[in-house]
Amino acid sequence: MKYFHLVWAALFRRKTRTLFTLLSVIAAFLLFGLLDSVRAAFLNAGNSIAGADRLVTISKLTFTMSLPKSLLGRIQAVPGVAEVTYANWFGGIYQDPKNFFPSEAVAENFFDLYPEWVLPAEQRKAFRETRSGAVIGASLARKYHWKIGDKIPLQATIFPQKNGSNTWTFDLVGIYHVSDPKLENQENVLFFNWDHFNEATAFGGGNTVGWYVLKLADRRQSDRVAQAIDALSADSDHETKTQTEQAFTASLVSQFADIGLIVGSIMGAVFFTLVLLTGNTMAQAVRERIPELAVLKTIGFSSHSILALVLAEAVLLLVLGGAIGMTLAGVVIDIVRVQLGNTLPLTPLDGSIWLLGLCLMVAIGLIVGALPALRGMRLRIVDALSGR
Amino acid sequence: MKSRIGGLLFGLGLILLIVLPAVGLLTLAPWWALVVLIVLLAAWLAFTRVGQQSWSVMEVGIATIPQRLGSSSVVVVGIAGVVGVLVALLSMAAGFEATLRQTGTDDTVIVVRGGAQTELNSVVDHDTATVVAQAPQVLHNAAGQPIASPELVVVAGIPKRSDGLDANVEIRGVGEHAWELRPDIKITAGRKFKPGLRELIVGKSAAVQFKNTDVGSTLKLSGQIWTIVGKFDSGDAHDSELWGDTDVVGQTYRRGGSTCSITMKLTDPKAFEALKATLTSDPRIKVDVSTTRDYYNRQSEQISQLIHILGITVGVIMAIGAVFGALNTMYAAVATRAREIATLRAIGFRGLPVIVSVLVETMLLATLGGALGAAIAWAIFDGYTAATLGSNFSQVVFNFSVTPQLLWGGLKWALAIGFIGGLFPAVRAARQPVTAGLREL
Repeated sequence: MKYFHLVWAALFRRKTRTLFTLLSVIAAFLLFGLLDSVRAAFLNAGNSIAGADRLVTISKLTFTMSLPKSLLGRIQAVPGVAEVTYANWFGGIYQDPKNFFPSEAVAENFFDLYPEWVLPAEQRKAFRETRSGAVIGASLARKYHWKIGDKIPLQATIFPQKNGSNTWTFDLVGIYHVSDPKLENQENVLFFNWDHFNEATAFGGGNTVGWYVLKLADRRQSDRVAQAIDALSADSDHETKTQTEQAFTASLVSQFADIGLIVGSIMGAVFFTLVLLTGNTMAQAVRERIPELAVLKTIGFSSHSILALVLAEAVLLLVLGGAIGMTLAGVVIDIVRVQLGNTLPLTPLDGSIWLLGLCLMVAIGLIVGALPALRGMRLRIVDALSGR
Repeated sequence: MKSRIGGLLFGLGLILLIVLPAVGLLTLAPWWALVVLIVLLAAWLAFTRVGQQSWSVMEVGIATIPQRLGSSSVVVVGIAGVVGVLVALLSMAAGFEATLRQTGTDDTVIVVRGGAQTELNSVVDHDTATVVAQAPQVLHNAAGQPIASPELVVVAGIPKRSDGLDANVEIRGVGEHAWELRPDIKITAGRKFKPGLRELIVGKSAAVQFKNTDVGSTLKLSGQIWTIVGKFDSGDAHDSELWGDTDVVGQTYRRGGSTCSITMKLTDPKAFEALKATLTSDPRIKVDVSTTRDYYNRQSEQISQLIHILGITVGVIMAIGAVFGALNTMYAAVATRAREIATLRAIGFRGLPVIVSVLVETMLLATLGGALGAAIAWAIFDGYTAATLGSNFSQVVFNFSVTPQLLWGGLKWALAIGFIGGLFPAVRAARQPVTAGLREL
């Protein structure tokens, strides 16, 4: 630590060059921050801790096919099931297909199974008591400036009403928040009462539901409970498939795209370029300073401390630029999330992303510093001082 | 201090007056404009006095590149990285768009229930289907029947060949006229399914992606055994599907005689507006009508827009990094040649040849980098097969397509980066006082 100012001075010996290199590093880690936030958002989609004790039961035939509501009691009776709820996909559109957000008709106890979605008690009461009531996520409310009391008209894509109208109008009675900022992407759903849906829909109602969600009494029993539930309707005309909520989401996400591969390849290209670029800068910096390093050795610095000094300089360069870049990425992500709501999947930069970033900074710093540092360590005082 | 502020203002002026217009022009310019520019530059170098001076300064610069191989490669590799990533990402969007665009034509229309957006959401009952197919704008075949295919789309989860995990595949029940509607579809192995039987034919891409889809093998769907009797090649999004008889698929999935959509052939592409007017004004039915070209283009819009945003954002940030890398390299190059440049100025060379030579050198390195990046992207990604969830919530297989436009676009990015990265060092070299330059080591 006591040599910090020496390293600092060496780093800013050529201000323009260091500044430009720093800006390149900043750009690289800005990109890293943004892309890793996207990757984490996709990963978190199927990874909520609160969801670990929930199973989802869908039709085995195809997930668009509905299940009879009579299954409800039978699932409830399966040992190991603590609570069951059900929902229907609605898929309504607000004004323009581009504004798409998920909408679902849900049973009265739906929010009991999702404690991570926080809805004030009086709003829950209002939701139960208002037939045409709807509850939306906070970021959806921000995006469209909706507040409680507003009417939200949705165009049905699948379910027209019995009266022939394609427009369903809901009264906004509640706004839910998620407790974990990582899951903020889930704040973009509109929920409304299943009873209302069942009554008003032209078809697709008739006491059928889209899927069941159930809470396990003990999460270690998930396999046994899933098998028991699927056995209820084995060989019937509505066979079911029960799996953990995580597995269900993860399979959808992995079918959308191999995000990890895309992000990984881009970052590979970026960091390869970065290593070359900063490596070149460090090589230049050390080459210019050979006589100075020789002087340091002459006044008693050991070869190893020279090695350490140069390595420290490279790591400092990377950590400085990397930290600025990732901070910048954090700011950009916050702005985008406020401005665009959840149209882009981004999570805030959390500890694990920062840690990964920091490891990368140090690793790249050591790689680019290694060759110049070795050169500095091995130089012979006599040759270096005489400029040979 | 004063000179520093002056330098800053000069730099800002340079950005506003030269860099922004030049880069803007470059991004908008068609390819021939660049060719004209190069020809003009070559003529200037060959036939004017200042041009010939520039040429000789440039020769020295280019001849000394091998001595600065390490730092010059920073420019090349940096720009190759930008162009490679940009071209690869955009080729993904281009491939997806192309696959869906080819699926549609102007002379076939698709009818879904009003407001349904996609086939998967839509339910068309039997009566509606009959009314729709009787529209006068629908082409009739030699036997006098309307060429219309009531189609049913269901999604089934079946295991992939790659990892054995279930993925969604689209099973499309088609009517007897489906072959007349889509004459380009070829059966490449086996035969067509027979109406009324539990037989399926598999699209070329689906056959590669999913297990148990070879001709002759059987597939268990909804507890019933289906036989794969053939394989087809349509060259578009249908290649990701399995096809069977509408009625049989409908029975299996208990659709009660309803379908998802009706696809029909028009007597003439111009008849579309009339058909749309006829169907939407008919009080018995409530349907949305679009040409299949429109329908499938709409399906690709959202995903390709997302990829474009991703590609351009990543490209811009990487380009900023590459510009600073190029600036570093070229400032260093100019600094090592400071004495030589000052000598040239002392014996009467003007500033312009110096600027031109540094600029052209950087642009040459940039072109090399751009070509390298584009070549790598082309070699790895052209034809690369990927799949994503389409609007029917099932896998759509598409090939990345590195088009000439993308390559040309990537090259333009390379030239723009090279221009910015070379201009500032070039101007500094030319503005440096001769006396200071001569004293430089």
